[in-house]
Amino acid sequence: MIWQIDLAILTLVVITAGGALMVKDLLGAAILFGAYSFMMCALWSIMGAVDVAFTEASVGAGVSAVFFVAAVFRTTRRTKD
Amino acid sequence: MKIIGFIISIATGSLLIYAAADFPAWSDPASPASTYLSPHFIEKTIEETSVPNIVTAVLADYRGFDTMFETTVIFSAGVVCYLLLRTSRRKEPETRYYRHILTGVTIELKEGYKIPPSTDFERIDSLWTPPDLIIRTVCRLLIPFIQLFALYVIAHGHHSPGGGFQGGVILGASIILFAISFDLRAAISRMSEKLVAVLCAVGVLIYACTGGLCLLFGRNFLDYGALAELLGVDAVTARSHGILIVEIGVGIAVMATMIWVYNNVSSAGKYEQGL
Repeated sequence: MIWQIDLAILTLVVITAGGALMVKDLLGAAILFGAYSFMMCALWSIMGAVDVAFTEASVGAGVSAVFFVAAVFRTTRRTKD
Repeated sequence: MKIIGFIISIATGSLLIYAAADFPAWSDPASPASTYLSPHFIEKTIEETSVPNIVTAVLADYRGFDTMFETTVIFSAGVVCYLLLRTSRRKEPETRYYRHILTGVTIELKEGYKIPPSTDFERIDSLWTPPDLIIRTVCRLLIPFIQLFALYVIAHGHHSPGGGFQGGVILGASIILFAISFDLRAAISRMSEKLVAVLCAVGVLIYACTGGLCLLFGRNFLDYGALAELLGVDAVTARSHGILIVEIGVGIAVMATMIWVYNNVSSAGKYEQGL
């Protein structure tokens, strides 16, 4: 495990997770969530859990991002709070 | 309200981090799981199941009961999405639009009128936009390869990372990609709502019936060694084949659920205009 790569990915995980919570635009939040999932996927594969990384990439970064975008498309794009 | 939420999340977060310090260190050989459980799987998996990928063997064989209910959870997610969102038998809108595919002429039909049955017309919505040529062509080229890769992931889960869940999601995603690049009506005309719902249940049934079959042969539920006589192989290979059967069931259920959820969410349960 190379700690520099680990640190960079962990920082990005925290930034994207915080961004997904903070941002007012829900479409932006959905995309940030997809980026977060991708970073988690990289983190899993660094730890050697390739099966989990594969699931995270297909479910987290792939399909659930599409579901979020579909839900935003059918509801509103801006949060109330 | 926001401040209270912030304080609560900070408090629980720091509590979690404090508690996590009690965990055994990462890859600690003296931790309880590493002393007897992991060595058993690492040493015996290939002997007992002839599956090189230990994760798949643990997921679908040693811990098969757990995975069966994971599949059931996916199935219920699809059913709940359907029950919450699907609008049942709404009355038809007063004016309907049909597009003549060859010429692109759109006709508007008032209530009570019908067009003669023919394949030259397709039903469209008032918000219909012509599909983009580039997106359509690229998706038409990509989708078969995505589906082939998904089947590979399901079938090759014994030897490499992958399995029913991942393959099923990729297979479902290929249909969703089709629904996005063309439109939802085109996707539903190829894979109807009823078919998706039936496949969703069939996947879970395949899993449960494999377990039930083992019971009929006088062994434990999901003990695939019992299928040796039925498949005509020895007990160790039968466990490997049993895992494959179960993974196929999981793949079908997950694929159908992904499509089902997408259809309901993207059209708000109306099954008209998708994303």
